[in-house]
Amino acid sequence: MVKAKRDYLLEALHMVKIFGKLAANDDITFRIKPGEIHALLGENGAGKSTLVKLIYGALQPNSGEFRWKGNTVSIANPAAARKLGIGMVFQHFSLFEALTVAENIALAMPGRFNLPRLSEKITRVSKEYGLPLQPRAIVADLSVGERQRIEIVRCLLQEPRLLIMDEPTAVLTPQEADQLFVVLTRLAKEGCAILYISHRLEEAKRLCHAATILRHGKVVAHVDPAKETAASLAKLMVGGDIHVVGSSPRKQRAGTVRLRLNNLNLPADGPFVVELRNISLDVKAGEVIAIAGVAGNGQSELFDAISGERLLARDDMICFDGEPCGLSGVNERRNLGAAFVPEERLGHGAVPAFKLSENIVLTRHSSDPSLVKSGLLQKNGATGVSERVTASYDVRKGKSDPEARSLSGGNLQKFVVGRELDRTPGILVINQPTWGVDAGASATIRQAIIDLARQGTAVLAISQDLDEIFEIATRIAVISRGQLSQTYLAGEISLQQIGLLMAGAHEVEEARHAASA
Amino acid sequence: MRLLLEKRAERSRRMTIYSPLIAVGLTLLTGAIVFALLGLNPLRALYIYFIEPLTSTWSIEQLIVKATPLALIGAGLAVSFRANVWNIGAEGQLTAGAILGGSIPVFFPQWQSPLALVLMLSLGVLGGMAWASIPAVLKNRFSANEILTSLMLVYVAQLILDWLVRGPWRDPQGYNFPKTVSFSGWQLLPQFSLGPLYINLGAILALAAALALAFLMARTLKGFEIRVMGNSPRAGRFSGFSRPRTVWFCFLLAGGLAGLAGICEVMSTVGQLQPSISPGYGFTAIIVAFLGRLNPIGALVAALALAISYLGGEAAQVALGISDKIAKVFQGILLFYILACDTLILYRVKFLKSGSPAMRPA
Amino acid sequence: MNELLSIVLTIITASTPLLLAATGELVVERSGVLNLGVEGMMAVGAVCGFGAALTTGSPLMGILAAIGAGMILALLFGFLTLTLVANQVATGLALTLLGLGIAGLIGESFVGQPGLKLARLEIPELSGIPFLGPILFGQDVLVYASLAITAVVALVLFRTKLGLVIRAVGDSHQSAHALGYGVIPVRYGCVLFGGACAGLAGGYLSLAYTPQWIENMTAGRGWIALALVVFASWLPWRVAIGAYLFGTVMILGFSLQGQGIGIPPQLLSSLPYIVTIIALVVISGNRALMRANTPTCLGQPFVPDR
Repeated sequence: MVKAKRDYLLEALHMVKIFGKLAANDDITFRIKPGEIHALLGENGAGKSTLVKLIYGALQPNSGEFRWKGNTVSIANPAAARKLGIGMVFQHFSLFEALTVAENIALAMPGRFNLPRLSEKITRVSKEYGLPLQPRAIVADLSVGERQRIEIVRCLLQEPRLLIMDEPTAVLTPQEADQLFVVLTRLAKEGCAILYISHRLEEAKRLCHAATILRHGKVVAHVDPAKETAASLAKLMVGGDIHVVGSSPRKQRAGTVRLRLNNLNLPADGPFVVELRNISLDVKAGEVIAIAGVAGNGQSELFDAISGERLLARDDMICFDGEPCGLSGVNERRNLGAAFVPEERLGHGAVPAFKLSENIVLTRHSSDPSLVKSGLLQKNGATGVSERVTASYDVRKGKSDPEARSLSGGNLQKFVVGRELDRTPGILVINQPTWGVDAGASATIRQAIIDLARQGTAVLAISQDLDEIFEIATRIAVISRGQLSQTYLAGEISLQQIGLLMAGAHEVEEARHAASA
Repeated sequence: MRLLLEKRAERSRRMTIYSPLIAVGLTLLTGAIVFALLGLNPLRALYIYFIEPLTSTWSIEQLIVKATPLALIGAGLAVSFRANVWNIGAEGQLTAGAILGGSIPVFFPQWQSPLALVLMLSLGVLGGMAWASIPAVLKNRFSANEILTSLMLVYVAQLILDWLVRGPWRDPQGYNFPKTVSFSGWQLLPQFSLGPLYINLGAILALAAALALAFLMARTLKGFEIRVMGNSPRAGRFSGFSRPRTVWFCFLLAGGLAGLAGICEVMSTVGQLQPSISPGYGFTAIIVAFLGRLNPIGALVAALALAISYLGGEAAQVALGISDKIAKVFQGILLFYILACDTLILYRVKFLKSGSPAMRPA
Repeated sequence: MNELLSIVLTIITASTPLLLAATGELVVERSGVLNLGVEGMMAVGAVCGFGAALTTGSPLMGILAAIGAGMILALLFGFLTLTLVANQVATGLALTLLGLGIAGLIGESFVGQPGLKLARLEIPELSGIPFLGPILFGQDVLVYASLAITAVVALVLFRTKLGLVIRAVGDSHQSAHALGYGVIPVRYGCVLFGGACAGLAGGYLSLAYTPQWIENMTAGRGWIALALVVFASWLPWRVAIGAYLFGTVMILGFSLQGQGIGIPPQLLSSLPYIVTIIALVVISGNRALMRANTPTCLGQPFVPDR
């Protein structure tokens, strides 16, 4: 027994962490051995992030015990974790945009502050692991993939015994992810333990030696992922069969063009903004076109251009149902029958401090006469719509008209999507339909989008989630550095092809095309 | 002991009402301590300072006179601050309104007609708007910080007034005093009797402004726009509202009301233009706006509360022999307490024994 | 020549308080905190410095009192904005109103009293050099101190780990927290430093610039210092240049008045405020410059999760 214990690098025993009334971690026990790649699987809100923050010292448990190589330890803060030999690569990178690569790394290094020497070391180590980095580059200028490299190199320089990776592939192209797996496998061979957090089951099967599955803050299983199927893992995660989104609109016959992007160009209006170049696309009635791509390649700029939050240079760069509207504001476009759902729920799609009924007014005050009459707000109208939306889209709320910020991510997303679908728009543009949303809400939202398309709406969905894209899309296009590829039928494009397009394979072709035109 | 904040899921409605009351209570407590330290009987001092001004008809009239400019400006600032438009140059807009409106008696000292009254009030509003439009333009066109530009313009406006009353606009029969001709007749605000009280037109305008703005904020799309823009500008843009338009609206509104307050002051209490026409109403109105929960009606109530501190300062100087400058200190302390208490609206405050909160059995 | 010399000397004394206050505020803003209460801290620094020097007869005590007073107000600001996460803009305004109020109250008994003037440090051999001697070697100690403080701030911010941490906290408090840095303690430190500098700047006004107490003697200098930080795009050496430029503008106004030119003195006195506005407009219009150096978290509240 004692011997077995010594085999483990880290043991987290009976961890409990309570936020308010919610037990985010409820008696979780977890063990990892040196050289092991261990997957931590679970839905959003299952308690993965909390557990990891406890291990990294960023949160303190209410109760529980850590053992490091068999000895009881307490991990008071991240510095203590790093001292033990625990490194972490965050999902939302903990980088400083205005600082250089070397400065970012220096902030995580103990000991003397010597930037030139550190820069040398960064260059050496990053080359050794195939993760090239320029120490003097400013982070704000780097791509997402490069930023992740900084995080990884930052950990590697401290020669960690345990490396925690939080959803590392969420922001990578499939090819970049493959490169990452090579690095991780090599690290594991060198004896480093890796705690790999993901909701992508295929990855866990491919990469990991062991898996711990969490649900509602509890451990539901320890398994060997290689011996499981993706479906069996998913069942463990969700705690039942997941809702399969029914009858994708794939077989539907597409109708007339409702949304047309016509050589759309939009210059960057700031230093960290992507320029959109020559984007042309037709979305027909009844189809769902999905735009894939790595974050930060012009998705939000494209959304702003279509929604009218940023106006275009020419009216005919964008047409709704044949009506040019490149110079029209967001409400005029809504009045043409379009609806928009932005990526950021809180602060963009909804005002956090406003009640749901007020958030109804936010996007519908110009198109819905029951909400505003001659400049005066009609509270009953807004409450009525809000009640209808929350009822038909199963938005769960504590009281009848709560503030938007008190809703969970999934429920707020159902509300924000439902608010637009309730108008049965002719055109729907939706950015990251189910980002950070639990499986149940995701299924509801995806099903609603497909049902809407079947009624003859043209849907444009921008997404980074390839599983989601294949679930809902009729046709797929890829955006990379502000350029859009041609569209492909969903059944006729492989993951690998999408990966190549995400990495910019179409850009040259487009550039040549533009030059000859 | 360690102090920890725990975020509430929603704003606490209860605390929204209690927090200014707690702040007033703490200010009184602090006042008592200060008075005791000065060797005075704290209860008597508090009575003289805060209660006595409410005990005579004359002092209640004075209270309304002092509260009028505070309410006018405070209501406008409440709307501006709601939109995150930080106009802190109301004192300058007040001065500009007084100058422009006051130009009528300076140039037409003999003109007596109701039209003169209307024109003076309108020019007062316009003067305040014009002065406020400078930071608005600079904000929209050059993204220059409106806090700094509007504040700098306070000094400029006051220096212009100083120059005018000492130079070109000086009353030729004024024995070289730095002042313009005295306003008279229709160049002064009419008074109305309200039971035993006499109040002037300014007070009525202040009441009307507060009611109108309260309606605007609560019931109209424009008010909705202002609240959205202040809460999350990104959502405001998504809603089709424009930030520059909001900035314009807020500056013109608050500037116009400050200008109105300025012209009302010189058309009543002051009765002429002179180097100093306001004891810092434009700045005190910032406190009024916050104490009134950035709500126009709240600002009306808060203006009365702050007016007491002015009157109390004067009373304390006479009866207790302490400087009336203590009024400004009380006002500052009050604002601090309000801001501190507002934390309670969004957070639960917990005190922990020092040391780690961890490792408690579940 | 003599006239020019006296103008240059006054420019230096006029610029020093701006430099002190702006350098302090620069550090505060680099850590992501916007303290609009500089004017209030300066006023209290001025009155406390004056009073302490008067009662103890020691200018040094005056300086220490000014610094201490500024820090006490800064601590109050820190408690509200950092511990209680109150709105920084509103709290800064409150600090200014409170500071001016306290200064007016305390200062009432000092009105009209002659104060103590900070002696110039004359280095006998060198200060005798014509023109340059008095400028370079005949200033009071705080003139040298202000330049030294600016140099040290520049060095610490850009050459040391401490400075890196301060900039990191101002750039992303979330990331800094995730790496285990104490965002709140770092910010408290910076706010207190800013308070000390603002208090000292106020003390300089009442101990060296015009050694007496006049109500509202800060006359918007705290606000000009705030504008200077923006004008300097958060770089210490540019703050120094900016402070001396503004000092020059202020003094030129005064000396033109002395020349008896036909411009009304009030309009000349308003020159520094108008120049401040113009400077803000020019620099803020340059978006690339603003975005490159503005601390990303400036003015944003931070509540660590537990």
